[in-house]
Amino acid sequence: MANKRNFYKVLYHVLVVFFGFIMVYPVLWMISGSLKTNLEIATGALTLVPRYWLWENFVNGWQGFAGITFSTFFGNSLYLSIFTTIGTVISCSLVAYSLSRIRFRGRSVIFTLMLSTMMIPAQVILIPQFIIFHRLGLVGTFVPLILPSFFGAAFFIFLMMQFMVSIPKELDEAAIVDGCNKYTVFTRIIFPLLKPALVTTAIIQFYWAWDNFLGPLIYLNNPRQFTVSLALRMFADTASVTDFGAMFAMSTLSLIPVFVMFLLFNKQLVDGISTMGLKG
Amino acid sequence: MKTIAVEETVVKRKLTFGQWMNTDTVAGYVFALPFIVGFLAMMAVPMLLSFYYSFTDFNMLTSPTFIGFDNYVRMWNDMRFRNSVSVTFRFVFFSVPVRLVFGLMLAYVLTRKTKGVHFYRSIYYLPTLIGGSIAVALVWGQLFQNQGVINVMLGAFGLDGVNWFGNPNNALWPLIFMSVWQFGSSMIIFAAGLKDIPETYYEAAEIDGANKWRIFFSITIPCLTPIILYNLVMQTIAAFMTFTQAFIITGGGPADSTNFLALYIYNHAFNWFNMGYASAMSWVLLTMVGVSTAFIMWTSKKWTFYANE
Repeated sequence: MANKRNFYKVLYHVLVVFFGFIMVYPVLWMISGSLKTNLEIATGALTLVPRYWLWENFVNGWQGFAGITFSTFFGNSLYLSIFTTIGTVISCSLVAYSLSRIRFRGRSVIFTLMLSTMMIPAQVILIPQFIIFHRLGLVGTFVPLILPSFFGAAFFIFLMMQFMVSIPKELDEAAIVDGCNKYTVFTRIIFPLLKPALVTTAIIQFYWAWDNFLGPLIYLNNPRQFTVSLALRMFADTASVTDFGAMFAMSTLSLIPVFVMFLLFNKQLVDGISTMGLKG
Repeated sequence: MKTIAVEETVVKRKLTFGQWMNTDTVAGYVFALPFIVGFLAMMAVPMLLSFYYSFTDFNMLTSPTFIGFDNYVRMWNDMRFRNSVSVTFRFVFFSVPVRLVFGLMLAYVLTRKTKGVHFYRSIYYLPTLIGGSIAVALVWGQLFQNQGVINVMLGAFGLDGVNWFGNPNNALWPLIFMSVWQFGSSMIIFAAGLKDIPETYYEAAEIDGANKWRIFFSITIPCLTPIILYNLVMQTIAAFMTFTQAFIITGGGPADSTNFLALYIYNHAFNWFNMGYASAMSWVLLTMVGVSTAFIMWTSKKWTFYANE
């Protein structure tokens, strides 16, 4: 009996590891591809160990296109991600505070509107937004990509409201007795205590901004402003003969920030996703 | 409510600016201001504009001309549009259910209190984490080339390679596989839901002598139905919007066999600058999403189970 149970236990782990390996194989294949020759990649070599370790792929890839190196592209992506993250954290915490802590007329209307925006796919308003930004002469700048984040996003407002429920109201009241008003209650009490939700928001938003493709594709047209995503696409686009090794090398580098965040903030990410699922 | 209002008007005269700013109404609106401005400027006005544009001929160079329902009539006769609707539906229909089944299966398997569950879950979540990136789309395209890894693997099992992206009958499949591969977020949501099922339910069933399968289908699944519903709705909406994969991997081809509606709209809007026609199509897309969601919600009354009812 005990033997049989052990056997199943081992079988379970073997199967889970086996299928897990299949799941991550494409990712591993990309990473190993960053060190392979074009021929080795194009002929579908299954092996994850490159025949020759071609570190030049990274050097060649980093050269970029038309004299613009990946330093520029990574810089642009970082710039965009940092500012949208700052915008989201500030705006969403403000709105969440008003909706969860202040009783004012129209609050429930705003709350309902906010939830309904979660169901409206961004792609539907993309065209009119583009036309508006075009009229304002802002196409070809970072403004259309950063500005919307300062208006709050329903997903994160909701996440923060969920978290604020767990901050005792007595704290606000005590602070008001001590002479705080609604604004200083926010800056001195709520915002600092909201930190775990702010961290979750910052991580997910940073990752979304880093990954964003459609926005930069539509709004940016000067290669000097391109993000990493747009630059990667140029590998498949421009040259008649694609340098697969360089493409994979830069693809691998583009995912490093995401991997690092995933390793460091695994718990916050998982919490963020499951909160949305359960209380939504 | 009435007394509060009266009180406010009485007090109002004596308020200093600072006190006025500190009233519930003023402070509430001040803090909600980012959302209110954003909603009007980034949502409401654009949606109204887009609705108006859908009845116009608009190329961004000249001002829009009102043409009534012409865009909608054009759509009806546009075979490429009809095809893209059918491609989009096929994609949603095949990818979403399989994705949910995988998500649920893995959540169930990895919920056991075995060692290393956290590590395993991270492994299975990894594709979802990076799946939306251009990097992975580029890799996916390579995997399914004629001499790519997938065909080499098929060859190793003695099977013929498949001409994935050259044949209109096959090209949709790699995109569906890619979508199914990213079942991670539904897995995490299911896992959180599984944790919330009271242990007593299982104990009671075990005492009654139910076997594992019976418990799964009679307890686990019914308890999870609200979460299945949530995942189904969210994943369906997301699947209707699929754009990046097709844009990067196939460009909509061959012969429009992967020309998702979102991609077709993008091309009309941003390559050919048919803003009016593209707006009309995006309203049709929104309607399709809305109707599908409403349909799921409507059927859900028959199959969801809420413990507190």
